[in-house]
Amino acid sequence: MAPAKVFGPAMSTNVARVLVCLEEVGAEYEIVNIDFGTMEHKSPDHLKRNPFGQIPAFQDGDLYLFESRAIGKYILRKYKTTNNDLLPEGNLQEAAMVDVWTEVEAHQYNPAISPIVYECVINPAMRGIPPNQKIVDESVEKLKKVLEVYESRLSKSAYLAGDFVSFADLSHFPYTFYFMTTPYAKLFESYPHVKAWWDRLAARPSVKKLAANMAARA
Amino acid sequence: MAPMKVYGWVLSPWMLRVLVCLEEVGAEYEVVPMSRSGGDHRRPEHLARNPFGEIPVLEDGDLTLYQSRAIARYILRKYKPELLGLGEDGTLEEAAMVDVWVDVEAHQIENTLMPILLNCIVNKFIGRDRDQAAVDESVQKLEKLLAVYETRLSGSKYLAGDRISFADLSHFSCMRHFIVTEYAGVIDAYPHVKAWWEALLARPSVKKVMAGIPPDFGFGSGNAP
Repeated sequence: MAPAKVFGPAMSTNVARVLVCLEEVGAEYEIVNIDFGTMEHKSPDHLKRNPFGQIPAFQDGDLYLFESRAIGKYILRKYKTTNNDLLPEGNLQEAAMVDVWTEVEAHQYNPAISPIVYECVINPAMRGIPPNQKIVDESVEKLKKVLEVYESRLSKSAYLAGDFVSFADLSHFPYTFYFMTTPYAKLFESYPHVKAWWDRLAARPSVKKLAANMAARA
Repeated sequence: MAPMKVYGWVLSPWMLRVLVCLEEVGAEYEVVPMSRSGGDHRRPEHLARNPFGEIPVLEDGDLTLYQSRAIARYILRKYKPELLGLGEDGTLEEAAMVDVWVDVEAHQIENTLMPILLNCIVNKFIGRDRDQAAVDESVQKLEKLLAVYETRLSGSKYLAGDRISFADLSHFSCMRHFIVTEYAGVIDAYPHVKAWWEALLARPSVKKVMAGIPPDFGFGSGNAP
């Protein structure tokens, strides 16, 4: 069986969301870089993989997928075992809680944290543009409100969907990793259960392995 | 078994997403109406259900869920997992394609349609000027997106394959209001998209939910949430 292919730069946040799933299940894969500098993401070859011209794209045999959360779920479903089930679809209630917190990551957490990552990490490194402090400050205020809810949740359970780690937690890895390289990382110290949860995630072998690669380029 | 409860105002696109799925599976449910203008979503009793203070919220026994796509997935997984590409005759590939197109709607379609809906339907009722530049930009983006959908729907009857799924149903939310704006004709240039949309509108579940939802979010009749 040929290894699966992930198309996009390894350090990209949305690519990393896919990679952490592959690492968690121990699947063989290769990363095929897509060069934004030459508009490769809009090339006919890439548009065949992702008609919206974005990264990541994913290939497993004849199957082409895009949208990082959809790709992640496919990987977790395909490779799950009784001891390693990060998407517990056999249990209605657990599956529902995983879905709730996966959606919360996408629609509450990400909109608050990603502008800080774009302004403080991505724009300066990739485009030589300095941070827009107004956007950063507004996002920090939004993020504080979100983290208050997370703090309350994580005071009741070790992980977001319950006392088991799941895709919902892993989905937070890429943007949180880069956020932690900014001066705003200390914000998490005001939310001790959130900080402890992040530390548990960061200690996972899959996360440590990917973080080492991403830190080299951050 | 007590019927499920759905809290919120029926005029919300996110509420529509949940209602269409409930109707599609034929589950028993009751809507617990809330008032947006009355700030019901910010009251302590609602924050206890959804700490983000949003709607819809679903209660099924002692399970309380929020985020419309999470609620919808729960309903479908419980009653008709085939609509998620899961269950006995589901496949890994189909489940993946459902997830792909649900996320395309969430990350591409919704934020392209919302400026059109806000400017063309809502703004005049809330005393805001229409931002035509924002509308024009969104319409241009929408046309590019529809070109991708046209290609997809030329290859399969529905978004995830040849049978209907949550991916299709999820599009009903914002499209329902888009079709009454002056830009509705934009989809005429995409015949497979148009046929797909009309097939959705013909479903009994969709017809039933449409009948209860005025196209202008209720503003015209003074019944805005």
